[in-house]
Amino acid sequence: MATQIRAEHELHRRRLSRNVGLGVVLVLFVGIVYGLTIAKVGTDPNDDLGAPWAAAQEKAAK
Amino acid sequence: MSDITSIPEDRDAGFGDYVALLKPRVMSLVVFTALVGMLVAPGGINPFVGLVAILFIAIGGGASGALNMWWDADIDAKMRRTIKRPIPAGKVEPGEALGLGLGLAGISVIMLFLATNWVAAGLLAFTIFFYVVIYTMWLKRWTPQNIVIGGAAGAFPPMIGWAAVTGDISLASILMFALTLAWTPPHFWSLALFVKSDYKDAGVPMLTVTHGRRVTRNHILGYTFVLAAVAVGLGLTSVGGPSYMVVAVVMNAIFIKGAVDIWRRTDEDSEADSHLVERKVFKFSLLYLFVHFGMLLVELTLTRFGMGGW
Repeated sequence: MATQIRAEHELHRRRLSRNVGLGVVLVLFVGIVYGLTIAKVGTDPNDDLGAPWAAAQEKAAK
Repeated sequence: MSDITSIPEDRDAGFGDYVALLKPRVMSLVVFTALVGMLVAPGGINPFVGLVAILFIAIGGGASGALNMWWDADIDAKMRRTIKRPIPAGKVEPGEALGLGLGLAGISVIMLFLATNWVAAGLLAFTIFFYVVIYTMWLKRWTPQNIVIGGAAGAFPPMIGWAAVTGDISLASILMFALTLAWTPPHFWSLALFVKSDYKDAGVPMLTVTHGRRVTRNHILGYTFVLAAVAVGLGLTSVGGPSYMVVAVVMNAIFIKGAVDIWRRTDEDSEADSHLVERKVFKFSLLYLFVHFGMLLVELTLTRFGMGGW
């Protein structure tokens, strides 16, 4: 029968913090790239997504 | 030879140790001044794009912090103030700090370019290069004017924030840069006059050690005059206005008074009241920078309501 080591060491806690931290950073980065895409494409008058927005801005300016 | 690799248990890095490599306290100043530079710049920026730009300016600053800690690990291990940094504490390998610094430097510059424009991204790249190569590697251990050079690196963020909006460099953004640049020497040297430091043991030339405290007092006064000229000059540009000017004139008068007091004192006077004047000037210098950038925001807000600006 194999012996299992179950004791949780402080070391594991630090490694977990590293892994969770990196995971959070990567998810945030994905969110940033997505958000930037929406912000930039959504306000570009040369783009299908941004054209209505640009038209509305122009209208508001008048 | 042993075939067992042992990891010293108390030396494995947690996430916080990598964050510490980015010098979070320096980052907060970077965020504040870059934000002011961005807000006072003419024209507008999409709020999300602006937020992302500030974030990557801060990460670029953090990357230079990590590269600085990689290069300076030897002197950090010799000074009480820095001995607990992740590398001398043995938590992070020097190579890891180098990798993290280079990686984040590349990511921050590219992301800032994608989010804004090449002028802002180029300025950020130059800031990182200036801080790491010109300051950390070259001048810090060579000249007692190292504080001025390091201050220059810390002064770029408002220019980058401005460029993120406008895509250019202007008189106002250069003067915002010059404000932090001229502020750093009197700020730091007044601290150096009352804090017992171990820079000497680490072999870093500090003005108080290389040229003595008399020369340091003279330098504080000289740079304070330059600072006052810059601060008032900034008030005359497009970002200034009457409210900024009133506050700037008062604060600079107080700062010059403090610098003159420091200049007139001898070390005996200073020892006698345990550096009271030097301490006061140092404390005031913290408020000084915060209030000047803060007043630019106040002036901006007043202008929106038709009560500020020239």
